[in-house]
Amino acid sequence: MTATELDSQIAHYVLGLGDDALIYAQRLGEWISRAPQIEEDMALGNIGLDLLGQARALLTHAGELDGTGRDEDQLAYFRDEREFRNVHLVEQARGDFGDEMARLLWFSAYAGELYARLVDSADEVVAGVALKAVKEVAYHRDHARHWVVRLGDGTEVSRERMQAALERVMPFVDELFTDAAADVAAAESGVGVRPSELRVAATTFVTTVLEEATLQMPEEPKRHARGGRDGIHSQVMGYLLAEMQHISRSHPDASAW
Amino acid sequence: MVTVVAECSTVADRIRAVPDPEIPVLSIDDLGIVRDLRVDDKARRVHVVITPTYSGCPAMRAIEQSIEHAAQSAGFTVEVETRLSPAWTTDWMSESGKAALQRFGIAPPSTTRTTGGPVAVAVQRRRVACPVCGSEDTEELSRFGATACKALRRCRSCREPFEEFKTL
Repeated sequence: MTATELDSQIAHYVLGLGDDALIYAQRLGEWISRAPQIEEDMALGNIGLDLLGQARALLTHAGELDGTGRDEDQLAYFRDEREFRNVHLVEQARGDFGDEMARLLWFSAYAGELYARLVDSADEVVAGVALKAVKEVAYHRDHARHWVVRLGDGTEVSRERMQAALERVMPFVDELFTDAAADVAAAESGVGVRPSELRVAATTFVTTVLEEATLQMPEEPKRHARGGRDGIHSQVMGYLLAEMQHISRSHPDASAW
Repeated sequence: MVTVVAECSTVADRIRAVPDPEIPVLSIDDLGIVRDLRVDDKARRVHVVITPTYSGCPAMRAIEQSIEHAAQSAGFTVEVETRLSPAWTTDWMSESGKAALQRFGIAPPSTTRTTGGPVAVAVQRRRVACPVCGSEDTEELSRFGATACKALRRCRSCREPFEEFKTL
C-alpha cells in the first residue's frame, strides 16, 4: 500500500466513525416529542447531541485527512447516499421505544469498547474525540441498560415487546463487528482498532444485561446486514438524508441562519 | 494613564469572567474550560484555548462569541482555539464555582473516582445533597436534564425537584 492509499484508508475509517455518530444522532433526534415521557424526549435528544458533537469533530478531521478540504457541513449535507460510510444499524427507521433501546444497547456497548481503545490512537484528534466520547457513551450505555432491564423484567407485555425488539435489531449487529479494509489499515497504522476485536467484550456486556432483564439473546439471524461501510444502504437511508439535507441543499449559499 | 500590566490583567480578567450562557452564575474560569490564555500587549492580541464540556455542547459557539466580545471591548483582537485533549472533567471546576452552583439551586458535581478500566455495570449509590434543604435523602428522576451537563433529581425530605451538575 502506498502512503497515499494508506491516508485515504484512514480518512475512510474516520469518516465511518463520524457517519455512524451523525446518522444515529439524526435518528435519535426524531424522538423529541415522540418518546413515552418528556424526560425521555430530553434523554434521547441529549444522547443525540453528544453523538452529533462527536460527529462534528470526526467529520472535520476526515475532511482534512482525505485531502479534499471539505468541512463538516459539506460532508454532512452535500454527500449522496453511496458516499456515506455508516453501518445499517444506525440508519434503520426508529420503530418503537423497545427497538430504540435494543439499538442503543448494542450501539453503545460497541462504541464504549471502541472509544476505550481509541483513547490510545496514534492520531491526536481521534484520541481527543475518544477521551470525551468514552465518558459520554458510558452514560448512554447505562441509560439503555436501565430501560432494557425495566422493560424486560417488567410486565408480560413489556417483556414480550422488548424481546421482539431485540430479535428485530439482531440482523444489524454483526456488521458492527465486521472488519472492513479501512478498519484493518487504520488498525495496522495504530490509528484505529479492528471492530472484530470488540465483539467479545461488547457481546458479554449485552448478555449480562439481558440476563438481568430475564430476556433471551436472540438466535443467530439467517441474514446479516452488510456493506454500509462501502456505501450500500437500506431504502430508509434515502428518506433520512432527504430530511437531513434538504435545507442546506435548497440554500447552498446561505452563510447565516 | 493605564499601565501595560493593568491592561494585560484587564483583558485576561474580562475573558475569564465571561459567563456560561446556560448557567450564568458560573464564569468560564469557574467551569475550568479556559486551558490557556496568552496576552500579546504589543500586538494587542489574545490567544485563548478552551476545551468543550460535552462534545455537542451548543453553548461553545456562544462562549466563543462572548470571548471575542470581551477581548474587543478591551481593544484586543482574539484567537479562540478549541482543544479536545485532555478531556474536560468536572474536577476542573473551581470551589467558588461549586459554591455558586449550590446557591443557584443546582447540586454541584462530586469529585470523580479515577478508574482505569471499563465503567462498572453496577449502579453506584452516590449521595447528592438537596441544594434547598441540605438533606441527602434525594432520588434521581432522570439522568438527562435540560442541558447535556445536568441530571434531574428530587429531594425526598422537602419534595423540591432540583438539577444536579453531572459528575464527568
